[in-house]
Amino acid sequence: MGIRTLVAMLFVSLAVIAVLATQATYRLFLPGLLQGAVLTMEIAILGSLLAVIMGVLAALARMYGPAPLRWLATVYVEIFRGTSALVQLFWLFFVLPQFGVTLDAFLVAVLALGLNVGAYGSECVRGAIQSVARGQWEAGTALNMSRAQMLRRIILPQAFIAMIPPWGNLFIELLKSTALVSLITLSDLAFKAQQMNQNTFKTIPIFTLVLLMYLAMSLTVSIGMRLLEKRASLGLARGKAA
Amino acid sequence: MIWDWSFALEILPVLARAAVISIEATLLGFAIAASLGLVLAVIRIAVPWTGWTISVLVELIRSTPLLIQIFFLYFVFPKFGLVLDAFTAGVMAIGIHYAAYCSEVYRAGFDNIHRGQWEASIALNLSSWTTFRDIIIPQAIPPIVPALGNYLVALFKETPLLSAIAVLELMQTAKIIGSETFRYTEPITLVGLFFLAMSLVSAALIRALERLLNRRNTR
Repeated sequence: MGIRTLVAMLFVSLAVIAVLATQATYRLFLPGLLQGAVLTMEIAILGSLLAVIMGVLAALARMYGPAPLRWLATVYVEIFRGTSALVQLFWLFFVLPQFGVTLDAFLVAVLALGLNVGAYGSECVRGAIQSVARGQWEAGTALNMSRAQMLRRIILPQAFIAMIPPWGNLFIELLKSTALVSLITLSDLAFKAQQMNQNTFKTIPIFTLVLLMYLAMSLTVSIGMRLLEKRASLGLARGKAA
Repeated sequence: MIWDWSFALEILPVLARAAVISIEATLLGFAIAASLGLVLAVIRIAVPWTGWTISVLVELIRSTPLLIQIFFLYFVFPKFGLVLDAFTAGVMAIGIHYAAYCSEVYRAGFDNIHRGQWEASIALNLSSWTTFRDIIIPQAIPPIVPALGNYLVALFKETPLLSAIAVLELMQTAKIIGSETFRYTEPITLVGLFFLAMSLVSAALIRALERLLNRRNTR
């Protein structure tokens, strides 16, 4: 999908929300749902930050770390990719307290989603680093750079661009996964919707608004990542860019 | 003692029965996803003017959370007179959600077919139905089997979401055990281990399948 279509879809979804808001049956639910949407965004942003940090660390540890660190990173990636995000949330929320570690629900949400997406992200980072031509490493060696220097100055800046599209997908995945946190008592957008639905039985307006709000949020992420990709590939001789 | 082996063994048969429901939901959901995805991808090529509509539809489905879609099917459809029981609504929601992803995978498969194949079919005066059935699909499917397999595993890991509308699958059963006995450690850990084991096994199977297909293609 072109960036123009995405922007058009974003405008249409926002316009539909605005038009619906003029009707009393819909306006009634808007403040509560917006409150939920703010929490959803907070979790999504913090979770994404954690995911990026974990993804880069795990990928670097797996590729260049000493053996114990490599194993640790592999175990982390396999466990978080191999089990369901919902199970991870429940485990951190209900099981961890039994071992004496009680975290509040918000922290659990950020941790579980960030660690989950970070595990997938580490594979993107690894793929992107491996996609940098080997000649770049050899040139670095020829210039007598240390491996850390080569990574920081030569490899990662080039790998960065290749990482943007898959990370965009992952951020959207993470945004959508935040709906799960409603099941561990956090009052995010999905939770508010369910609560209002149980109180008022006005199912159609509530869920229509909720779907539109999630749509607007993920379209924003898509558009942002497209712009970032354009910006990052400025001045680079890459085939698909521009 | 934090971990009680006798309790874990006691709940294992109950969880195993629930795991059957999870697997049933996975297989049914994937059957919907794989067939509906194929239909969407074929329509998109066979009837060109639907292209825009289908890509907007796919984008809509892919950018809203599955949990909300499950709620939508379960709570909103009855308002239009279509009452679905929890299992059906859940399986349909998962199936339709993944059909959107699968249709993109099929599209990639179709895009990889050499244009000459289409032209040859036209030259031989084959109908578009025959072209798809006998020429395009048999060539397009094998390379994308691993990608579809990945979505099968992803779909399997989404089945705990069905617990939100009280389908008695693995996660819901674990939650019920937890709330009855106030012991969450064993049931939820066992559910996690079960998913881990299943995903590792299926990942290995997909890799084996990929190797098999690659060998056949390069020969």
